[in-house]
Formats: sequence, C-alpha cells, structure tokens
Amino acid sequence: MATNSKEIKIPAKVEQLSTVQSFIEEILDAAGASMKASMQISLAVEEVFVNIASYAYGGKDGDATIKVETDTDHSQVRITFIDSGVPFDPLKKEDPDVTLSASERDVGGLGIFLTKKTMDDVKYVNQDGKNILTISKII
Amino acid sequence: MLSIEKKTNGDQLTIALTGRLDTVTASDLEKEVDTSLESVKELIMDFEHLDYISSAGLRILISAQKIMNNNGSMKVVNVNESIMEIFEVTGFADILTIE
Repeated sequence: MATNSKEIKIPAKVEQLSTVQSFIEEILDAAGASMKASMQISLAVEEVFVNIASYAYGGKDGDATIKVETDTDHSQVRITFIDSGVPFDPLKKEDPDVTLSASERDVGGLGIFLTKKTMDDVKYVNQDGKNILTISKII
Repeated sequence: MLSIEKKTNGDQLTIALTGRLDTVTASDLEKEVDTSLESVKELIMDFEHLDYISSAGLRILISAQKIMNNNGSMKVVNVNESIMEIFEVTGFADILTIE
C-alpha cells in the first residue's frame, strides 16, 4: 500500500497544541476522514502531545516531531510522535478505574487511557535515545 | 477557542460552552468553576455548541461534579454523539447526570 507522509518539528510546548491540531486536521480533511474519526484522532493527538510537552523534557526546551502517514486509498492514518526527552513508556501506566463514583475518582490519568480506547493501535518504542509513539486508526 | 456564557436564575446557574474544551481552554472553565459555584444549588452545563472535549475538560467536569455533590446538583445537557462516546468510554456517562 502506498502512503502519503507529512511531518512537522515544533517546540514541545503546550502552547503549540493549536498548531499541531491544525496540521493534523488539514491532513484528515484532505483524506476524507469521518467527523467521528477526526475528533477521536484530534483527542489522541492532544493527549499524546500534551504528555510530551508536560513531561518529556522536565521543564527544559526540546522539540517534538510529528509525522502523519495516510494510505493513498484514504483508509488509515498513522501518526508518529518522536521526542528526545526522558525515556517514558506511557502505555505501561495502569488504566484508571472507570467504574468509580465522582468522589472516588482521581481527576487525572484519563489521557492515555482515552488514546488507547479510541485508537485501533498504539505502540511505543525507545530507539536511539528517542521516545517513539505511534497511533493508528482506520478513518 | 472556547466561549463561556453564564446565565443565573435564582440559585440556578447555566454555563453554556461553545467551541473546544481542550488542554489550553480548560483553564478558562476551571476559573469559572472555582469562582462561580459558591451560592449555586443547581448547575446546568449546556454542551449544545461544544464540539470537542479532551481529558483536560473531563478533569474540570469531575471537579465541578464534586463541588455540586456537596452544594446541590449538576446536569449536562445537549451532549453531541462524539462527546457522549467519550463520556461512555471513561465512565463519565455513569458519574454525570446527562439529559
């Protein structure tokens, strides 16, 4: 299967979120993604990017590279996030208990859980000192 | 972008959200939740024009729900299908009162 590929390299800062989202949305629109798939991909992208922006560089400056690949038949999108920060596998984090009541609930911990639930596949590797997280979804 | 519109009717407060409730905009809603709920007995969150919510938004909703568990009640109205799915996946559909 042939694929189209586009990437951006940006500072790993939460303020860059709208730049990231515009970049992704433009590609998803061009690929004819459904509203529902677009929203879920936006959500996963936000959760992963904010995680990198918040934790990867421990408050220091650093970059994140985001590469988006779409199959030429517009059936699937694959997004890879690369940073050179502290090695961290977010998939090892235990899922929150979603059956607890409001008062028992911790207010955090839902981001990666949502990513895993809404994407078809989420993979992490640490390679050459880089964190590489790939999410993919049929659109 | 998120716009927040508030309507007070006695001790009932309606907060209507338009746009995206994400990591960047959630702090605006957090300020409202932290400062506006003191004398509110019934909180209505109107999501008719809310297109998108992320975990940052969910965090604010659960904070508001915790406050309103003590003060009175809270409900979320006019939730669109994709946001409803996020509520279902995260168990928020059971925690929140959704109409």
